[in-house]
Amino acid sequence: MSIAAALSTEAKHGPVGGPAQAPPARKARLGAYLLLAPGMVYLFVFFVLPIFALLATSLYERVPGTELGVYEPALRWQNYLASLSSYYPELLRSFGYALTATVAALLIGYPMAYVIAVRARGKPLLQGLLLVLVIAPFFTSFILRTIAWRQILADESWVVGSMKFLGILPPDGRLTATAFAVVCGLTYNFLPFMVLPIYANLERMDTRLVEAGGDLYANGPTTFLRVTLPLSMPGIVAGTLLTFIPASGDYVNSSLLGNNATTMVGQAIDRRFLVTLDYPTAASLSAILMISILALVLVYVRRSGTEELL
Amino acid sequence: MTTQASVHEGGLVRRRRRFTLADKIVPVFAGLAFVYLMVPVAYTVAFSFNQAGRRNLVWQGFTLDNWKNPCGAPQVCEAFVNSIQVGLIATVVSTALGTLVAIALVRYKFRGRTLANLLIFLPMSTPEVVLGAALLAQFLSMAMRPGFTTVVIAHVMFCISFVVVTVKARVASLDPRLEEAAADLYASPWAAFWRVTFPLLVPGILAAGLLAFSLSFDDFIITNFNSGSAFSTFPKFVYVSANRGIPPQANVLGSFMFFLALLLVVVVQLVGAARRKRHARLG
Amino acid sequence: MSGDGAVLHHDDAGADLVLEHVTKRFTTFTAVDDLSLAVPQGSFFALLGPSGCGKTTTLRMVAGLETPTSGSIFIDGKDVTDAKPYNRPVNTVFQSYALFPHLSVVENVAFGLRRKKVPGAREKALQFLELVELAHLAERRPAQLSGGQQQRVALARALVNNPSVLLLDEPLGALDLKLRRQMQVELKRIQLEVGLTFVHVTHDQEEAMTMADTVAVMNAGRIEQMGSPAELYELPRTAFVANFLGQSNLLAGEVVSTGDTLGVDVGGNRVHLPAVRAVSTSGNVLVGVRPEKLHILAPDAEPEPGWNVIDGAVLTDVSFTGVSTLFRAEVAGLGTLAVFEQNRTGGPLGAPGDRVRLAWDPAYTFGLDGDEDASSGAAELAEASRALA
Repeated sequence: MSIAAALSTEAKHGPVGGPAQAPPARKARLGAYLLLAPGMVYLFVFFVLPIFALLATSLYERVPGTELGVYEPALRWQNYLASLSSYYPELLRSFGYALTATVAALLIGYPMAYVIAVRARGKPLLQGLLLVLVIAPFFTSFILRTIAWRQILADESWVVGSMKFLGILPPDGRLTATAFAVVCGLTYNFLPFMVLPIYANLERMDTRLVEAGGDLYANGPTTFLRVTLPLSMPGIVAGTLLTFIPASGDYVNSSLLGNNATTMVGQAIDRRFLVTLDYPTAASLSAILMISILALVLVYVRRSGTEELL
Repeated sequence: MTTQASVHEGGLVRRRRRFTLADKIVPVFAGLAFVYLMVPVAYTVAFSFNQAGRRNLVWQGFTLDNWKNPCGAPQVCEAFVNSIQVGLIATVVSTALGTLVAIALVRYKFRGRTLANLLIFLPMSTPEVVLGAALLAQFLSMAMRPGFTTVVIAHVMFCISFVVVTVKARVASLDPRLEEAAADLYASPWAAFWRVTFPLLVPGILAAGLLAFSLSFDDFIITNFNSGSAFSTFPKFVYVSANRGIPPQANVLGSFMFFLALLLVVVVQLVGAARRKRHARLG
Repeated sequence: MSGDGAVLHHDDAGADLVLEHVTKRFTTFTAVDDLSLAVPQGSFFALLGPSGCGKTTTLRMVAGLETPTSGSIFIDGKDVTDAKPYNRPVNTVFQSYALFPHLSVVENVAFGLRRKKVPGAREKALQFLELVELAHLAERRPAQLSGGQQQRVALARALVNNPSVLLLDEPLGALDLKLRRQMQVELKRIQLEVGLTFVHVTHDQEEAMTMADTVAVMNAGRIEQMGSPAELYELPRTAFVANFLGQSNLLAGEVVSTGDTLGVDVGGNRVHLPAVRAVSTSGNVLVGVRPEKLHILAPDAEPEPGWNVIDGAVLTDVSFTGVSTLFRAEVAGLGTLAVFEQNRTGGPLGAPGDRVRLAWDPAYTFGLDGDEDASSGAAELAEASRALA
């Protein structure tokens, strides 16, 4: 099975021969529950319960007079207000960076997906090769990749040197330890998440529609705007979600490529949890992050009308 | 701008367009993007040959020593092996659990189906920080010490959803009439599953397994939260060494995984192409 | 009472199939409504009807892929209503063929035999592939075969198990016209040769009529009429059957005289028909006559003695197709009649605008219940014909 085929996750309808038909409803519910049980129980114990544990922890109260990390169960809702007021810069920054990275990934990734799906259509070997190129960076550790960028963009590197020489960068400018580097890192690391869903969507697109558009609009850019772009919306929505959500919670890029002024929410949570052992704050921050993402996603998906994606 | 000359070629209407700027720009731009994707990979591979000590920052000369002695730096191999072990166990468990769930979700109608789908979707849409923190909170409350076991548990957890989504797509593309045909041809449900359903699912299950392994191997954030101070995986090792200095051996191992995965993918592609050619329709 | 158990065996080639008061209700609608029929052993039986009439559901219940809400199914005298599909001596040729893509053609055909642990499965499979002339493709995968070839493999895969009843679910639907005609002949030949009981579900009335010994016309979950193709065609008992099987002219009228021959007043014209050919013999009736039975009389020509005559028809449409001409004639108060004339004399017998008289032999008239919708079945036939194009 080629990669191109494997990634066209949507059913290529039409079984071997003859028209496809709707599947009949199965009645054996017991069988369903048996199949579901192991996986669902696992997720319940190791996802649902931990989330509740997190939410519970977010309301805990510090036991006075004890060493770090000792809390007692309570209903201290003020934790949320405290976290929000202390860390709203990080929250806003996280969403800002994630949004910027998502837009950048879209601008870079769409042409890539377009080339693979449309320009290389009918040449499965070429398509496969290009898809491999897209996924290949995944095969090196993402930390290694990010470190590589840090090294490539370091003050002493020839990249920065030539940029200074060409005047693109001021003589005392730098690329690493800047917000710019963080966003670049985010964009780079999540680019495949943007390319693949768009590719999958474009691959299934009926080219005759584009031809018809060309016929009607008689010009490339308009056809693209009026026909191709709307048709690829589900892919774009999927890609932006798959990029934005992990990007907003990421902190590796920020800690490796940024500085103290670029801290994102993830770093704050990490520090609070593992260093200062301030579990309630970390937990409440996590909850705030999760809820805001869910809210944003719901609004976004509603507005773009692709609820079936979920 | 485009002209509208249409040329009839043996029944096919081909549109002959003067080459627009867009025609050239898009592939060039995309080509640059592909190069951009490979830059850090190339850098990593290149610096695995660097004649450096602890700090692998400046090019000091070409050497094969690192490749000959990949475990030269302390803890590198230990972390690498840990990652492999965790990856293998997590892959097997999550693929097994996830496949069962995927089959149930597609082929059965039951109450609570929406809820089940939601439960599968949520871990994928929760930021890793939240997942990691939540799991740590849970483990602490269960008085479990973070280490190998907690890391495996965590990896299985976040892999299941991805396995389900991958296998679900494959199951959905299976014609349910095939199982009916099997029953019509005297196959009991068990026989129908093993003889018909499962063989057709195998490619999807393999793809899911590969995905699970890659996710597990590359995971940092969740692992960081749940591994404690003693246990290290490869990504964690690299991160922690980032400020002290990443030994070139880490580059070696990283490059090794890259080439291995690349080889695997290329082999699969070639096998697929060969099979396609062999089975070309002769009418 | 049979149930889960060993595969039911039979001795001879085919077996009787009996459905008694079978009903299938889904949550939102009733697919099959109190259906009873008996298919004699060794016959070629067709279930004909438009899409959604319940014929496929009926077939699936015989195969065991659906369970009836109520009623019983008997094969060879044994009650199989609750038997699982893998325990019934029935095999199906699916509309989409449902060939196993991961197995070779010969392994597909041998599948059922292997499940039943029949020795020499592969040899038998190859034999049947010879029967459908595909033995040379035995090791190929289904994906490498054309539609017609796949269909024959599906047939072989079902036949090789020597089932009591062979079910065919619109097996020719996906084939182009020429191939379909070929396969119709093939299937009939194989059925006669092997002697099995075939139950063929289709919406193509031509197909049903050419292949089947007995045809049951289904509509909305019920059997409207069942009989030989000639019976159904020449003497339909409902408007649906009249319109779905070929074309009919249905004229509203009122019975004015009874006896062995009914006299009916149809828009001012007195027509006659044998009472045995009428569903109801009093009050409002629909008088039916097939277009090919109608003749266009030249203004000066005399009709045959005793023939029914309709006066005052105006030709509105003349379609000359070479071998025949299809006329449409408007009669005031009666509507439009279709007339089909064979090209015996070279050229059409009239032009649009001509005033003509229409005549036909009363023996070919049939009478339907006057309360019926005269257009019932016509739309379904049109849709079915479009689907076949």
